[in-house]
Amino acid sequence: MKEIVIISGKGGTGKTSITASFAMLGGKDIVVADCDVDAADMHLLMQPDWEKSEDFYSGVIAEIDQEKCVKCGNCADVCRFSAIPIIDKKYVVNKLNCEGCGYCFHVCPTDAITMKEQNVGKWYISNTKADNVMVHARLGIGAENSGKLVAKVKNEAKRIAKETDKEFIVVDGSPGIGCPVVSSLSGADFVVLVTEPTVSGLHDLKRVYQLVKKFNISAGCIINKSDLNTKVARQIEKFLREENIIHISDLPYDETFTKAMTNGQTIVEYDDANLKNILVNSWEKIK
Amino acid sequence: MKIAIASGKGGTGKTTLAVNLASFLAESRKVVLCDLDVEEPNSGLFIKGKLIHREDKFKMIPEWEKDKCTLCGHCQKVCNFHAVIQLGDQIMVFPELCHSCYACSELCPVDALPMIPQKMGELKQFKKEGLSFVESRLDIGQEQAVPLIAQTREDLDKNFDDDFIKLFDAPPGTSCPVIEATKDADFVILITEPTPFGLHDLTLAVDTMRELEKNFGVIVNRHGIGNNDVLTYCQKKNIPVISKLPNDRRIAELYSRGSLIYQKIPEFKKQLVNIADYLLKLQEEGIR
Ligand code: SF4
Ligand code: SF4
Ligand code: SF4
Ligand code: SF4
Repeated sequence: MKEIVIISGKGGTGKTSITASFAMLGGKDIVVADCDVDAADMHLLMQPDWEKSEDFYSGVIAEIDQEKCVKCGNCADVCRFSAIPIIDKKYVVNKLNCEGCGYCFHVCPTDAITMKEQNVGKWYISNTKADNVMVHARLGIGAENSGKLVAKVKNEAKRIAKETDKEFIVVDGSPGIGCPVVSSLSGADFVVLVTEPTVSGLHDLKRVYQLVKKFNISAGCIINKSDLNTKVARQIEKFLREENIIHISDLPYDETFTKAMTNGQTIVEYDDANLKNILVNSWEKIK
Repeated sequence: MKIAIASGKGGTGKTTLAVNLASFLAESRKVVLCDLDVEEPNSGLFIKGKLIHREDKFKMIPEWEKDKCTLCGHCQKVCNFHAVIQLGDQIMVFPELCHSCYACSELCPVDALPMIPQKMGELKQFKKEGLSFVESRLDIGQEQAVPLIAQTREDLDKNFDDDFIKLFDAPPGTSCPVIEATKDADFVILITEPTPFGLHDLTLAVDTMRELEKNFGVIVNRHGIGNNDVLTYCQKKNIPVISKLPNDRRIAELYSRGSLIYQKIPEFKKQLVNIADYLLKLQEEGIR
């Protein structure tokens, strides 16, 4: 089983459109995992049937029982996150500020504080139009994306791949360099970096690659909108050579990306010419 | 007045809008732009100002003092993030998991876990004519963006008074980092694209802003591609559409070089004028 993770450092590079195309091309040989749980969009292209859904609990936050509270103020004094303001002469927990550290719970003399488990989102197992199974999720509003939901999505995809004897797991990874992307990358066999020839694209590529390097995973790169700025494209190619990153392919600047998306289709369904060819070849190289 | 520029997902033009709007406003007012997308700060690539200040940013983590410790195991019990673990006669601290809550440190009966600073990133301040620019950057390997965002906001409050228009380039998404970045904004601009992805992520961002009880409006970027669903949605939900930025390959090219756009593309500038008017009117009406 080979786990392929597609990441981009920054958004808007076409990562999800490209991942969905691979999910289409992989068909029944693969399991798909959408680990971009903060802005999960792949379902818009894959027409999942949302066969199974489950709530996801992670972390806790404090709750104060006003009946038991003697207003000593200990909790507010120790809280480092200003999460216990006094409102209408009562100590109350500000849910958005509370980190769930539990310090207040330990210093309350009357056991007025309980730590409540938090529902941080939902995760799903679906059958898609590409004749494969997709695991995806939705993070609740303002929930902490600690990477735990990402890990859950990945582990479920792995379990399904093992049970059904699939060759590949294709993962739409998270943006940034924090916990979610760390969870997306851990355990990967190959990373596909999707970038664009812009100064910010290059900057983010370098930054996220530092993280990939820490994991010691081999990597390849797709340069999207490659004709937008040939000078920066050359700089990206140079970086790829220096770091021994496989240059998988170049895709031209093309509004077909948007048109396919507006149609609810992946690029390989919508386009039957140049873009499709490049993506088919890319998938052959990656797998 | 504090204005945050956010979006449900990345790549919708958040940074483009932030740097152009800030530069444009700075032609006539005191403006500070602050990049709070600490995981991938990009605004600085477009504003090549003069560096006037640089400092390391720290978070506090416990450090184990073996000689004092009685191995009572209390620290491990109180840490909700498994950041202190007792292994035999050793106490191990995992800094990347620590949320700096001080519980282990202050509840240790013998003071064997004093809190010490650990570097998590750096803050830089630049100046370019009338525009001040502040950027924080998380170190690679640090997993938590929120503490650095919080410290950067506090710094900004300290160093820039209310005469300044403060623009924040927020991180993408709808989870903790965005909440931290938009927390004390008087107004939030949500920028999106008129596509199914754009609409989907906009609805999440709108739900987040409603939850935070924020004043907000929408700017549609690359108007003309995709379809009309975003506009229909805004109309139905009574959300003001402040502006529609044009879809133009030349904009993408200028962006790719790290250039400002409004100085070269009049239609883009026209939209900035509208946005500026909208924001200044809000300010007059007392949202500050
Ligand atoms: S759990 Fe921690 S963050 Fe939440 S209110 Fe208690 S002390 Fe504050
Ligand atoms: S520590 Fe307990 S009793 Fe004291 S104010 Fe807080 S909740 Fe009330
Ligand atoms: S609480 Fe203090 S004394 Fe007890 S094990 Fe931890 S460090 Fe040692
Ligand atoms: S400061 Fe809080 S989060 Fe950090 S190790 Fe101690 S108890 Fe855990």
